[in-house]
Amino acid sequence: MIELKHINKSYDGHITALEDINLTIQDGEIFGIIGQSGAGKSTLIRCINMLEPPTSGEVLINGKDMTKLSQKELREERKHIGMIFQHFNLLSSRTVWQNVAFPLELAKVPKAEQEKKIAAILELVGLTEYRDKYPAQLSGGQKQRVGIARAIVSDPEVLLSDEATSALDPETVKSILQLLKRINKKLGITIIMITHQMEVIKQIADRVAVIEKGKIIEESSVVDLFTNPKTETSRKFIGSVISNELPEGLSHMNITKERQHPEDLTALRLSFRGDVADEPIVANLIRKYDLDVSILYGNIDYIHGVPFGKLIVTIAGAEENIRAGLSHLDNLPIESEVIGYVPSHN
Amino acid sequence: MSPVITNLLLKSLGETLYMLGVSALIAALVGIPLGILLVVTEKGGILACPAFNKPLSFVVNVVRSIPFIILMVAIIPLTRLIAGTSIGTTAAIVPLTIAAIPYTARMVETSIREIPSGLIEAAESMGATPLQIIWKVFIPEALPAIIETMTVVIVTLIGSSAMAGTIGGGGLGDLAIRYGYQRFQADVMIATIVVLVVIVQAIQFIGSRLARKADKR
Ligand SMILES: Nc1ncnc2c1ncn2[C@@H]1O[C@H](COP(=O)(O)OP(=O)(O)O)[C@@H](O)[C@H]1O
Ligand SMILES: [Mg+2]
Repeated sequence: MIELKHINKSYDGHITALEDINLTIQDGEIFGIIGQSGAGKSTLIRCINMLEPPTSGEVLINGKDMTKLSQKELREERKHIGMIFQHFNLLSSRTVWQNVAFPLELAKVPKAEQEKKIAAILELVGLTEYRDKYPAQLSGGQKQRVGIARAIVSDPEVLLSDEATSALDPETVKSILQLLKRINKKLGITIIMITHQMEVIKQIADRVAVIEKGKIIEESSVVDLFTNPKTETSRKFIGSVISNELPEGLSHMNITKERQHPEDLTALRLSFRGDVADEPIVANLIRKYDLDVSILYGNIDYIHGVPFGKLIVTIAGAEENIRAGLSHLDNLPIESEVIGYVPSHN
Repeated sequence: MSPVITNLLLKSLGETLYMLGVSALIAALVGIPLGILLVVTEKGGILACPAFNKPLSFVVNVVRSIPFIILMVAIIPLTRLIAGTSIGTTAAIVPLTIAAIPYTARMVETSIREIPSGLIEAAESMGATPLQIIWKVFIPEALPAIIETMTVVIVTLIGSSAMAGTIGGGGLGDLAIRYGYQRFQADVMIATIVVLVVIVQAIQFIGSRLARKADKR
């Protein structure tokens, strides 16, 4: 268990980077910390392994206060905390194999044991064939795999990730996140990852803290954050992955804000989560309210297995039936919103 | 060219190579660690010790700013103390080395500073000691640049050794001045120049090859 208690950090005595940070991270979880650039994320994650000693406060790892250790004790502790970086930070003069060997050399692990471990870890990250390549000969994703291999080869309990996917393209981000998830499940390593990308949090984090101007402004499970964000900043981050913009393909439909013609169809956006996703919403509108419903767009996103759905539909029918249908929707635990009107000849 | 001249040329070449070899070796053995010390002991370094760093940096700058010909004369008492004499090839090695050390140190310092700070941070995050960072990060990562530095140092030493030659140090520079210039033997002058150009080219070639071989970036 990692506990941060009343962490404050200021640089040069006046730039306040962190203010009264309190967090508890359980063993085996993937904990995300999200914030804009300059929010203090890197400072915070560096406080955990004391690359940046906090100005005040306690960093307890399994009850041991990192801030009270001597340099020597600290170096020992760090061997149980892996870290990966945005720019990988691999040694350019070493091959893949030698890079992964680095922490084992530091810990003076016997050669034979080193070889066994490195071979197994390279297998796990899928780089066995690249063992004799130099970092300059690898793609970004492969470099980060080496970074991950190097960080976990000495069996740490915790893995710290400082924007580890920020320098990668979206496809590679996915595969790296899958790898991290697998490591978390298979080896039981606690992962603390900081990022400015909500996509990363959405894909693998269990819990999340939102940091702004050096303060934690919100902390919850990822599903709760997505369902019920409490701050504007969180809503903005969520908007970046679950957009409320109309899908591009609908622009040719001439959706207007005002009804231009009595025959125009009403366009609705329905957003729903989890439990109600299984309910026959559309079928009920058709059957119970005698409405014509056509689906313009539909999308379901899964966040930790919880479905987040979005439907854009047009409805047509008698005026009073439309009203009754809309008020029926209002009573359901879903969000519905009239987004405009579509000319009926479409 | 008479056999006498050929022999003289060979002897001078031997002297030059001796001066170069010994002074470059000592410059590397002292200058490289000094360069590393300049980096690690500065404020914010992995073994920060400004009280040591500031005076060291000052001395390095002072020695570096003295033109070689003046340095050579100014340290004659020191040369005599170390070499037992102030003239001759061995004596010339003292000022040559003393001039090359601060230059080597500064160049090594610069190449180590160019190592991305993230690498040092990564090593620290894995629990590396300062000594391990020096051996396993600084030196291997800066190796191509250090080889290039030593190449420049040796080429510079060739020039300086010619100057040292004029005050009795022997070597190719001495030969060119005594025979080529003072005795108007143009053939000696030309032969010396050719040999010097060949040495410089060879050193440059070998240095660049080695540096490229070490560079995996
Ligand atoms: N070494 C440093 N010296 C002075 N200020 C710093 C230093 N590192 C970070 N800061 C400042 O602390 C704040 C938080 O930085 P950082 O933790 O890097 O943010 P993030 O990783 O969220 O982008 C910023 O205002 C930054 O300018
Ligand atoms: Mg950062």
